[in-house]
Amino acid sequence: MTDPRPVPVALPVGPPVTRPRRDALLPALHEAHDAAGWLAPEALDAIADRLRLGRAEVFGVASSYASFAFTPRPRRLRRVCTGVMCVVAGAEAPGADAPGVVASPCLGRCEQAPAVLDTDGGRAVAPVAPAPVPQPPTERSLLRRVGVVDPSSLDDYRAHGGTAALGHARTLGPAAVRAAVTASGLTGRGGAAFPAGRKWEAVAAAAGGPKYVVANADESEPGTFKDRVVLEHDPFAVVEAMVIAGFAVGATTGYVYVRDEYPEAIARLEHAIDAAGAAGLLGDDAGGLGVPFRIEVRRGAGAYVCGEETALFASIEGYRGEPRTKPPFPVDAGLFGRPTLVHNVETLANVLTILDPSGPRPETKLFSVSGAVTRPGLYEVPMGTTLAEVLDLAGGVPAGRTLQAVLLGGAAGTFLHPEEIGVPLTVEATRAIGATVGSGAVFVIDDTTDLATVVLGIATFFREESCGQCVPCRVGTVRQEEVLHRLVHGRPLGSVAEEVQRLRDVGAAMRDASICGLGQFAWNAIEGAVDRFGVFGAST
Amino acid sequence: MSGHEVAVTVDGRPVVVPEGATVLDACTAAGIDTPTLCFGDTVAARNVCRICVVDVAGSRALVPSCSRPAEPGMEIATDTPRVRHARRMVLELLGSSVDLSLTDHVEEWNARYGADPDRFGPDAATVAQPVKVDNDCFVRDYSRCILCYQCTDACGEQWQHTFAIAIAGRGFDATVSTEHGVGLPDSACVYCGNCIEVCPTDALMFRTEFDLRTMGTWASERQTRTDTICAFCGVGCTLTLHVQHGVGDDDGDRIVKVTSPHSSSVTAGNLCIKGRFGAGHVHP
Repeated sequence: MTDPRPVPVALPVGPPVTRPRRDALLPALHEAHDAAGWLAPEALDAIADRLRLGRAEVFGVASSYASFAFTPRPRRLRRVCTGVMCVVAGAEAPGADAPGVVASPCLGRCEQAPAVLDTDGGRAVAPVAPAPVPQPPTERSLLRRVGVVDPSSLDDYRAHGGTAALGHARTLGPAAVRAAVTASGLTGRGGAAFPAGRKWEAVAAAAGGPKYVVANADESEPGTFKDRVVLEHDPFAVVEAMVIAGFAVGATTGYVYVRDEYPEAIARLEHAIDAAGAAGLLGDDAGGLGVPFRIEVRRGAGAYVCGEETALFASIEGYRGEPRTKPPFPVDAGLFGRPTLVHNVETLANVLTILDPSGPRPETKLFSVSGAVTRPGLYEVPMGTTLAEVLDLAGGVPAGRTLQAVLLGGAAGTFLHPEEIGVPLTVEATRAIGATVGSGAVFVIDDTTDLATVVLGIATFFREESCGQCVPCRVGTVRQEEVLHRLVHGRPLGSVAEEVQRLRDVGAAMRDASICGLGQFAWNAIEGAVDRFGVFGAST
Repeated sequence: MSGHEVAVTVDGRPVVVPEGATVLDACTAAGIDTPTLCFGDTVAARNVCRICVVDVAGSRALVPSCSRPAEPGMEIATDTPRVRHARRMVLELLGSSVDLSLTDHVEEWNARYGADPDRFGPDAATVAQPVKVDNDCFVRDYSRCILCYQCTDACGEQWQHTFAIAIAGRGFDATVSTEHGVGLPDSACVYCGNCIEVCPTDALMFRTEFDLRTMGTWASERQTRTDTICAFCGVGCTLTLHVQHGVGDDDGDRIVKVTSPHSSSVTAGNLCIKGRFGAGHVHP
């Protein structure tokens, strides 16, 4: 092997730890990678030896993440988004001849499409983009501080209603806080729409401890950027909500797992945690609640599957980001095998509106709108708002173009016809037309875009992001992409109908027999494109 | 055993199994033959191949029978169209990407479920790659690997605690690997061969077997198995000597492989390098 081999200066060197420290693995990998720009074999082996882990295991974990390079690469990187939203906007994957330029799955900056992210040693180079929230603050609830407060100032946060919910929670006590969450009817905003209150009660009632609160900020569903906006522009809100959640369910430690593609969010959140600690909102008597609570930030490393809650736990624990079979469910055996309350960032943000001292504020939902609209951005609307109304808020399709389809819910979502946009964006109403709100991604496609290309892009995404654990997803996503590739390029194997039958057969097996939602939904959007849009002309 | 029992139904028939039994156990108790590939009897079920899936009333997705504990009142269906389809597709997906020619039962299951692995065409991606021959004890042919995780679990915390191999890469490119893909002599491998013992597809193979197969002189019909006790130390591991009678021009008997019964209370199928590969001194 040829060497420059820059020795990673910040490698966590020192004598081996006394016990295996598996959960220190991912941070150590990041530290070494940030320092050198890549992970040399010697760096990986040194980390393994120090943490008392098998060298093969450390290599196995590191190589499961797309963010890490294993051959020399500059520290300074330009990540070019090759998510389907950006490809439609004209993005092209960089060639192999540009050493510091790499392709990246959806960067979560779809309002800027085609998006790029410049980093140096993992940290963002450019200033944080302005909050993409076109609505005036008075029309926002969850987002009312976004773009209004200084996200680095706890005083400013307090001046704009921050920590009021915490004070209210202190008055109510844990049981009443849980009851308020249950009574609110809040459902999970990550896509599954599970009733939040049932989780809170289950974790509180679960035997054993310590218990954990985990904020899932591994926002990787293509077309979704709501959690990034909240973390970048109102980070104290996430801290406050987690303190309340820990108080209510009896957890003393919180983790925020933020995707690697959000360096500004990580920096601002870490600053907020430090400031909150200095002010006593975190620590032995967190927020004056009489119980300890601390928060650690964990940075993902480029893996969509780590947004699945059990894969997220595995990633924090230092294992490969592979989902675990449920049951057991996280409320009983989650992070480190302990009872765990895991919520999407938007779900946690809702806790503050539920515990508003002046009474619960009306429920709202965030939608990340991108693609062929005049004002792409993050929109907050009352529950039950129709898709058409959201599109109107975003200025509709630019003049001279016609709406062809809306991809609702991201790559795991569904294509909707223009005549279906009257659907209220609720779990029930979308389900009734065979769609899903999912993570609230609204990708608008006009008549200038070839839908088949979008479909192929989705198939490529799932093939690249499959963790490889179970057969239906590992091989099924490959076969699905192969068929679509042949169809898009007009070279079917046999008839088009035979190819569509292959898609159906593989898709049904992925949906029925995959371990986790990634595989189970990898055929969702494509099935709709075939059946509802007849993209390959063979629909019935 | 506490004596607690769990009553379930399998394809409508009532079955009672001990508490802690799996759905697979319940199916077996009902007399149903369930295909399994990644499931081994000496390591914890990983439920990754998904060929053993069944339909459980109330569950949206199919349920892996090998790992799911039987619960009171569970209604299990093992032969619904959904189950048959999923099993057929697992066979087609694996059969079109992995060399299953040495894997038991595959032909029979392909027939049972109507699987046609060739339907994805000649250009379907496979895991085909050269055999790794880097030591005198055993070879690794990952073109036969279905990623069952049994070898890494046996090498790791479930038996050997050597951690010489792990799953590396991801998706279709995931593979069993040492650190950085170095050869076994440069890895932590101690050549216990416990990975070979659990491999369901013969991706891991004794060097003797590999060489005889390469020469065309491997003849399982001329092999016998003899159980004995390993003489190298006082632990008393049971060895099963696989002896081929007549190898090529040599008419003598030759130990071609050593295993250990999975039911042995001493070994549970595991051996060390001496028991597994130390039979060469028998042959002058």
